[in-house]
Amino acid sequence: MSNLMKVPTMAEMTANGEFPEILFWVGCSGSFDDRAKKITKAIVKILNKCEVKFAVLGAEESCTGDPAKRAGNEFLFQMQAMQNIAVLNGYEIKKIVTGCPHCFNTMKNEYPELGGNYDVVHHTQLIQSLIADGRLQVKDGDTFKGKRITFHDPCYLGRANNVYEAPREMLQKLDAELVEMKNCKAKGTCCGAGGAQMFKEAEKGDKEVNVKRTEEAMEVKPNIIATGCPFCNTMMTDGVKNKEQEGNIEVIDVAELIATAADL
Amino acid sequence: MISIIIFAVLLLVGFGYFAMNVGKIRSNILMGRDVDRSDNKGERLKVMTLIALGQKKMFKRPVPAILHFCLYAAFVITQIELIEIIADGLSGEHRLFRPALGGFYTFMISFIEVLSVLAFIATFIFLARRNLIKVPRLNMKEMKGWPKLDGNLILVMELILITFIFMMNGADEVLYAKGASHAENLGDGSLGFAISQYVGPALFGGMSESTLMMIERIGWWGHIVMVFSFLNYLPFSKHFHIILAFPNTFYSNLKPKGQLTNMESVMKEVKMMMDPDADPYAAPAEPEGEIQRFGAKDVEDLTWKNLLDAYTCTECGRCTDNCPANQTGKLLSPRKIMMDTRDRLDEKGEAIRKHGKGHDDGKSLLNDYITEEELWACTSCNACVEACPVNIDPLSIIMDMRRYLVMEESKVPTELAGMISNIENNGAPWQFSPEDRINWRDEA
Repeated sequence: MSNLMKVPTMAEMTANGEFPEILFWVGCSGSFDDRAKKITKAIVKILNKCEVKFAVLGAEESCTGDPAKRAGNEFLFQMQAMQNIAVLNGYEIKKIVTGCPHCFNTMKNEYPELGGNYDVVHHTQLIQSLIADGRLQVKDGDTFKGKRITFHDPCYLGRANNVYEAPREMLQKLDAELVEMKNCKAKGTCCGAGGAQMFKEAEKGDKEVNVKRTEEAMEVKPNIIATGCPFCNTMMTDGVKNKEQEGNIEVIDVAELIATAADL
Repeated sequence: MISIIIFAVLLLVGFGYFAMNVGKIRSNILMGRDVDRSDNKGERLKVMTLIALGQKKMFKRPVPAILHFCLYAAFVITQIELIEIIADGLSGEHRLFRPALGGFYTFMISFIEVLSVLAFIATFIFLARRNLIKVPRLNMKEMKGWPKLDGNLILVMELILITFIFMMNGADEVLYAKGASHAENLGDGSLGFAISQYVGPALFGGMSESTLMMIERIGWWGHIVMVFSFLNYLPFSKHFHIILAFPNTFYSNLKPKGQLTNMESVMKEVKMMMDPDADPYAAPAEPEGEIQRFGAKDVEDLTWKNLLDAYTCTECGRCTDNCPANQTGKLLSPRKIMMDTRDRLDEKGEAIRKHGKGHDDGKSLLNDYITEEELWACTSCNACVEACPVNIDPLSIIMDMRRYLVMEESKVPTELAGMISNIENNGAPWQFSPEDRINWRDEA
């Protein structure tokens, strides 16, 4: 295991009498989904490269409760929330970075009323600040030269929390052309996964939402659709397959793009 | 004298009937559950000023925004003239304010006239957009029948209203030039109104004094009768937004759009379950007040803000136009959610006024108006909330109805039931063991 893949858990760190600068909340997708694990690793590499002292909860992490809440099961949401808050408060966590906009939204906005008060940032915000502070050097060689990248705004990062610029500022560091879809930022079209839709078949209609969003992306002829959410990543990847564009369009998280550009 | 009495009666009936219907709407809105929106008055005032007064969110679509702004500006500024009309009507004078205000009076009426011409043109374009060009969002399923007629009636009323203004001012211009107007003669040859000093002579130039007098009176009375008809039409129409847009934006949700409410009723129970010191054998505390159902089945389970939203909706359809579920052919239309909520609230309010509080008409918002299929099609993406020019929040109604379905009736799509039991058992929406959560660390 390279030094860049050093991932201490809170339990391990505490046993060593240490305390992290920030807790990395990996999320269910980032922990279990094979594609999303790659995003998790990219985030880890960046954190290690910048010598950010971080830890994960590992087996002590549990679903934030977002999909349960949005599926109408407030009981289960609050049970999950209280359980997570007990763990986080037990470790006296102050600062959290999440690899998923849904975890980010839930912990930042819905946990405080339940006794969980943390400074929560999304991984694009943290990485952007690392770049801005000069802690992370992104000197993109030829990797992305001449590529067209379009950013798909995750609803729970954009409209839900007004974070539009951090991922775009990151993409501007690459030697690529950032192209905007017609529906972007506050007008960005959903990928179709939110509100617990990820876990069920869509209602009867004439098209899948992810296919529609992929078509919108295809209008700007991108080589890469950049995402900031593991669920958007799944939906857009499926959309690209549905349109048989796998050979032309890649779906990659902003963190992965930066990790590649920084040669990690 | 007789005309003063008729006018005073018209005024009383006009305002009285309006006040009565506003009272009904108010009591309907207050059927909703409480939600605290009394904080941050300064911020709220700012939001209201920008969104309602300044129509900031309308300008995301410049063409309808400019047309709408013409109508809006004309409507607001015309209220100044209305003050004079009321003063004239009650005093029996004619153009009471002109001698004192002089040049400013001419400027004000001219300003109103210019805006009225712009509004007249805009109204025609609006009629065309609804009926000729058939803008898609104005011609969807839920817009058939009364909503379509409602939209057209408002526009026609506006055309008539403006026509009366120009009959009144135009004929008066011609009369004034002849020295026959009832307005006090200030020794000038014309009233000097920007539009009617030309339109008046062009339309009514050759007419006799008595015909002109009649046209002027028809314009004057027609205008005020239309104003009161319009006012009293509002509580029965989607057009009520011209008033409710202000309180509705003032009481906007100021929190991040992604933040759903944490249900307090659930919070108490969960806290007790999680408390190691809680006595499991203790008798449950007496519930304070009425026991509320979880989530929303009918209108009274929603908050008063949801209900205010419903009356504020003017059915423009920007929410539905931006809804990814609707765009991909699903049944869900956020606009229909708002229209259903309002229609059910009207129905329920009427039934309660007739049969007394606690009356059950055997119907509910869920099932009789909104189906489960609509509710489960939502991705909670907030596009509808973002799109609404007056900060209506259809998403919170959808989520509260899902809560009712799941927590009171255990009605949940099969796959979601699987996801929920996975979270219950494994702490993840998929069937993975919590112990495996960190396996990725050791995978190459």
